[in-house]
Amino acid sequence: MKELTYVRATSAAEAVEAVTDDPRAQYLGGGTNLTDHLKLGITTPEVLVDVSRLPLDTVEDTGTGLRIGAAVRNSDLAAHPVVRSDFPALSRALLAGASGQIRNQATTAGNLLQRTRCVYFQDPTTPCNKREPGSGCSAIEGYGRYNAVLGASEACVAVHPSDMAVAMSALDAQVVVLGAEGERRIPLEDLHRLPGHHPERDTTLAHGELITAVELSRSGAARTSTYEKARDRASYAFALVSVAAALELDGDRVADVRIAWGGAAHKPWRARTAEDLLRDGPLDEQRVRDAAAEELRAAATGPDSDYKVAMLTGITARALVRLSEATS
Amino acid sequence: MPTLRLTVDGVARKVEIDSRTSLLDALRERLEVTAPKKGCDHGQCGSCTVLLDGRRSLSCLALAVAHEGADVVTASGLGSMDEPHPVQQAFLDHDGYQCGYCTPGQVCSVVGMLEEAAQGHPSHVTSDLDPEALIDLSNDEIRERMSGNLCRCGAYAGILDAVRQVHAEAGNGTGGAR
Ligand SMILES: Cc1cc2nc3c(=O)[nH]c(=O)nc-3n(C[C@H](O)[C@H](O)[C@H](O)COP(=O)(O)OP(=O)(O)OC[C@H]3O[C@@H](n4cnc5c(N)ncnc54)[C@H](O)[C@@H]3O)c2cc1C
Ligand code: SF4
Ligand code: FES
Ligand code: FES
Repeated sequence: MKELTYVRATSAAEAVEAVTDDPRAQYLGGGTNLTDHLKLGITTPEVLVDVSRLPLDTVEDTGTGLRIGAAVRNSDLAAHPVVRSDFPALSRALLAGASGQIRNQATTAGNLLQRTRCVYFQDPTTPCNKREPGSGCSAIEGYGRYNAVLGASEACVAVHPSDMAVAMSALDAQVVVLGAEGERRIPLEDLHRLPGHHPERDTTLAHGELITAVELSRSGAARTSTYEKARDRASYAFALVSVAAALELDGDRVADVRIAWGGAAHKPWRARTAEDLLRDGPLDEQRVRDAAAEELRAAATGPDSDYKVAMLTGITARALVRLSEATS
Repeated sequence: MPTLRLTVDGVARKVEIDSRTSLLDALRERLEVTAPKKGCDHGQCGSCTVLLDGRRSLSCLALAVAHEGADVVTASGLGSMDEPHPVQQAFLDHDGYQCGYCTPGQVCSVVGMLEEAAQGHPSHVTSDLDPEALIDLSNDEIRERMSGNLCRCGAYAGILDAVRQVHAEAGNGTGGAR
């Protein structure tokens, strides 16, 4: 094994330069996912550029919204007063994830870029196209309970594990990225990709691109938002499925609605078909169930994973009905 | 090999380590600080919990080199046999353990958790996210906030009682300070 060089970056620009110019270099955030992957041999970088100490650790109120630094810890973000009052789905999603200890260590960017918890991906003795392109996918014929039901491919059926990312998708977050060519903004919805023929690529970021911040805009729907998660035990478990929902009613008509699903796909799944069906109409449980069912018409399930369709429908109905009761 | 400098339980320490070493291995294998335990080594059990720069953290998921200069407090640093920390005393009073393997991690986690609650941090079971609302550390709140620490002996009932005692003694304050 080669020596691993650790570098504590002193500026974002310096970090970008160091990683862009070196294919064997990787960023380090809180390390709660990466340290594990070093141990398991899932990733074998030769240089780690630590970006967790960069001055990207503040949540700034921009008036129209929030600019969340990439190095803000998950626990601090969940406890932030403006996140709690104006973007409650984000607090709820963070608090539903991992444990108190892990949230103290994990960063905003690291959480977004954490890798799948597919059991085969995490076991280097089994074939996995994401870990080793072309080796095959053990999950398709294997244990299927956690598999994706939307947007999967013949190459990979893994789901994205982050709770926070699902809330950020529903909140129309923008991801601020610094690369060698300068800064760009990516809608969170376009950060993660569907697996297609390249499951080894989780995101649309190029090697060396550094996430510096996530931006949120205030809105009526964001203020009335929530996150619900179904899991195998009450706490400290990844989602089987989850929903982030945001709702603004005008009388009893839906003025604005946003729905994003976790545990459903290789990326947070924005349920735009369901949103379109619900907008401008009344909100009741049956309408939400019908809209979710329409979104799920494209679902591809196996005997182990078909429960997810019913669960996504039910959890979405529960979340939106609760929000409508809270607002009216 | 990089040199790592840490303050561990109040004592300045220095050790040469491979960059891949976790903070847990640096403490246990190189510095012979064996209070934090290796249960799973993958972030799933909490037995390696220490206070890292004041906050409860999993030392098995922390890369040691990334914490150059850090202040690490383990369960040994919180108190001694003669003078246990109130949280340690409460675990004794309420049988908050059986084999004791998870206990150093549990104790550090309780100290960190009570501090978080005192700062008004909400949890997954907090019904009102209003930043002005006070945190009422109900049994459900304690269970949720301690869910990152598993106990294979199932001493959860005793652990819950221990936390209740410390919380009450501290006048519902932090319970973290000695
Ligand atoms: C037992 C356990 C249970 C968990 N349960 C949950 C759960 O229920 N829900 C959930 O959502 N999560 C859960 N997690 C995962 C946890 O949330 C992630 O490990 C954490 O968010 C990763 O953040 P980090 O800062 O530690 O990332 P790191 O491990 O430091 O990095 C992760 C990835 O991001 C890259 N990276 C880091 N910062 C940047 C940057 N600024 N720009 C570009 N790339 C960057 C790194 O190169 C690496 O590839 C759990 C983890 C464990 C161990
Ligand atoms: S589902 Fe994806 S991550 Fe899991 S084994 Fe198949 S290719 Fe690998
Ligand atoms: S040893 Fe660190 S969480 Fe289990
Ligand atoms: S006391 Fe034995 S594991 Fe907790």
